[in-house]
Amino acid sequence: MSVKDYIRERFFPHMWCPGCGHGVVLNAMIRAVESLGMSKNEIVMVSGIGCSARISGYVDFHSMHTIHGRALAFATGIKMSRPELNVIVPMGDGDALAIGGNHFLHAARRNIEMTAIVMNNRIYGMTGGQFSPLSGYAAAASTAPYGNIDHGFDIAKLSEAAGATFVARTTTYHVHELSRLIRDAILHEGFSVLEVLTQCPTYFGRYNRAGDAPEMMETYKNRTVAVGSEKKNQDPDLIERGVFVKKELPEYCREYEKVIEKNQQKQT
Amino acid sequence: MQGKVKFIQGNEVCVEAALYAGLEFFAGYPITPSTEIAEAMSARLPQIGGRFLQMEDEISSICAIIGASLTGRKAMTATSGPGFSLMQEALGYAVMTEIPCVIVDVQRGGPSTGLPTHVGQGDVNQARYGTHGDHAIVALTASNHQDMFAITVEAFNIAETFRTPVILLFDEVTGHMREKVVIPEKGEISLVERLRTSVESGVDYHPYLPREDGRLPMSDFGGVHRYNVTGLYHDMWGFPSDDPKIVYGLIRHLMDKIQNYTGNMTFFRQDHIEDAHTVLVSYGAAARSARHLVENRRKRGERLGLLELQTLWPFPGDVVRKVCKNADYIVVVELNTGQVIREVKLAVDRPERVYLANRIDGQLISPTDIQNILRLLHGKGV
Amino acid sequence: MAKKKLKAHHIERTWCKGCGICVHFCPKQVLALDEHNIAYPADPEACICCRMCEYRCPDLAIEVECQET
Repeated sequence: MSVKDYIRERFFPHMWCPGCGHGVVLNAMIRAVESLGMSKNEIVMVSGIGCSARISGYVDFHSMHTIHGRALAFATGIKMSRPELNVIVPMGDGDALAIGGNHFLHAARRNIEMTAIVMNNRIYGMTGGQFSPLSGYAAAASTAPYGNIDHGFDIAKLSEAAGATFVARTTTYHVHELSRLIRDAILHEGFSVLEVLTQCPTYFGRYNRAGDAPEMMETYKNRTVAVGSEKKNQDPDLIERGVFVKKELPEYCREYEKVIEKNQQKQT
Repeated sequence: MQGKVKFIQGNEVCVEAALYAGLEFFAGYPITPSTEIAEAMSARLPQIGGRFLQMEDEISSICAIIGASLTGRKAMTATSGPGFSLMQEALGYAVMTEIPCVIVDVQRGGPSTGLPTHVGQGDVNQARYGTHGDHAIVALTASNHQDMFAITVEAFNIAETFRTPVILLFDEVTGHMREKVVIPEKGEISLVERLRTSVESGVDYHPYLPREDGRLPMSDFGGVHRYNVTGLYHDMWGFPSDDPKIVYGLIRHLMDKIQNYTGNMTFFRQDHIEDAHTVLVSYGAAARSARHLVENRRKRGERLGLLELQTLWPFPGDVVRKVCKNADYIVVVELNTGQVIREVKLAVDRPERVYLANRIDGQLISPTDIQNILRLLHGKGV
Repeated sequence: MAKKKLKAHHIERTWCKGCGICVHFCPKQVLALDEHNIAYPADPEACICCRMCEYRCPDLAIEVECQET
């Protein structure tokens, strides 16, 4: 098995910019799926709109490219209708948490089994570099020429508060961890959120003088620590990586199956 | 008609009819005056092994039914004006991706929050033009419970036949009113089941290659054929394309598959048309008053006729023109500032014969209201 | 554990966009960008088969073929 068994080769080279972290996520996702030994027919990928959303077109799964922010809502219909399918929902930070914020909260609250991968590049890339809800205070963007005054979300805390039963974070630098966490998120029986810090050298990097793709990945290496690390106490600005939440709670589709079992009329 | 007699709300009729048609999936969000549909669905669907979802808003509701339909289940949502506004973008997605589904809009007074508990028919144009971009759409309506049942079943049949969203434009009066309905026996109304592809696993399947008759056999998502679905212009495999030939071919197909088959989706009723010198054209709740007046005044020798439209989109212009051919007065009775009247004027010869009888105050137009307008038109004074 | 030895770097030249991630993070400076800004193995002898270039490549353009020794 190789990566090429899981992609739609005819669409390569892909449309992402040189050094875009989304390709690294795609790369790790394929290895995660390969390691699980799943049939491609069992996997449905539902995406919204934006650079991140194009990932669904490149994988040889059932793929649905929907409308901006609503991927989780479409995915909820698919999963409720066919709970046996593995549903993966890759989203950008704006897609998941600005226009799609409400759906994100409620999918987490329901604890419906699906894997939400938030590819957080802190910018709207497809439209040319406007600030997103994850850009953070003082970031530069094409719609924040004087510096952003919006504060960013903490995706992990938000997901936990909303009820997600698996919450993790990693970066495109930590590719083994990335692949392992995607695998764990897919295996989790409930709503799982994986935030991946992914570089956008074209817009975020350029506007914020964060360097090229390798330099941005160096930052991920140097400015993140494993969750629970001592270093975080000394340097609170470090970003934690790893699994923040993993717990078992009743899963939505299984709960609904119980409702059906109890109330289904006997066939006469 | 054989079957079980019930005395229920129109919203409940819609539920019974949808289940009769084979509905297995409903997602919705509470909104007056459509909420009873969601309530009844939440009780009825698990009983038949179907699924009910209360979503976080109307946007997610329509998205969820589109997703469910793609996996092979007949699916529906129900809402009212403000919720229908929220659904417009995803409605266009269902048009573009050709995913069958039924959207019920139990109309209330608008715009905005408007009159949540009062009747209106102001969403006729929104049903047609609400989502952006050129597209064809099917919207049906009915004025009484028996017709509501049949039309709801028909909505599912059309959705499945043409792989299109179908809008049911009901209204507060028909939705909340209770009257007798006979639930037909199984088989009494024929049902269209989804046309599924016969292409076998491992053989190249073209989800977006129409057959000669314009129909596209589907493959359930999660089944043996892995393909792509997108709201972008796409090729026959469902992959994005901006090739002008492909773009032209797709938009033409989306228009033609509806417009070339209007005969299969045109429903109406006509009464006393033969010698009518005044024809009332109406639909939904307003048509109840129009019918009452026509029946009443016929007894007194007045040559009134009624054309009740059940298909609003694609607008049955040919029917309207034929029926109204010999009338001196054509009076459109509706609960808005004049939405269907515009289509009627476009359809008939000598549009100066067309007049509007309406109410826009949240109240159902009464037979007397219409009668007063007719008296003025006929030069009799009130 | 058996040591791995490089057989070949397979690089899809039409997929590589020359971002330099593989070059930057290679622990043994095996890879470089050529005059067309496309990655190539400049010093394959030095490769230790860690495959980090393959895993980090955003263009899915690199496959490192190794054999057990």
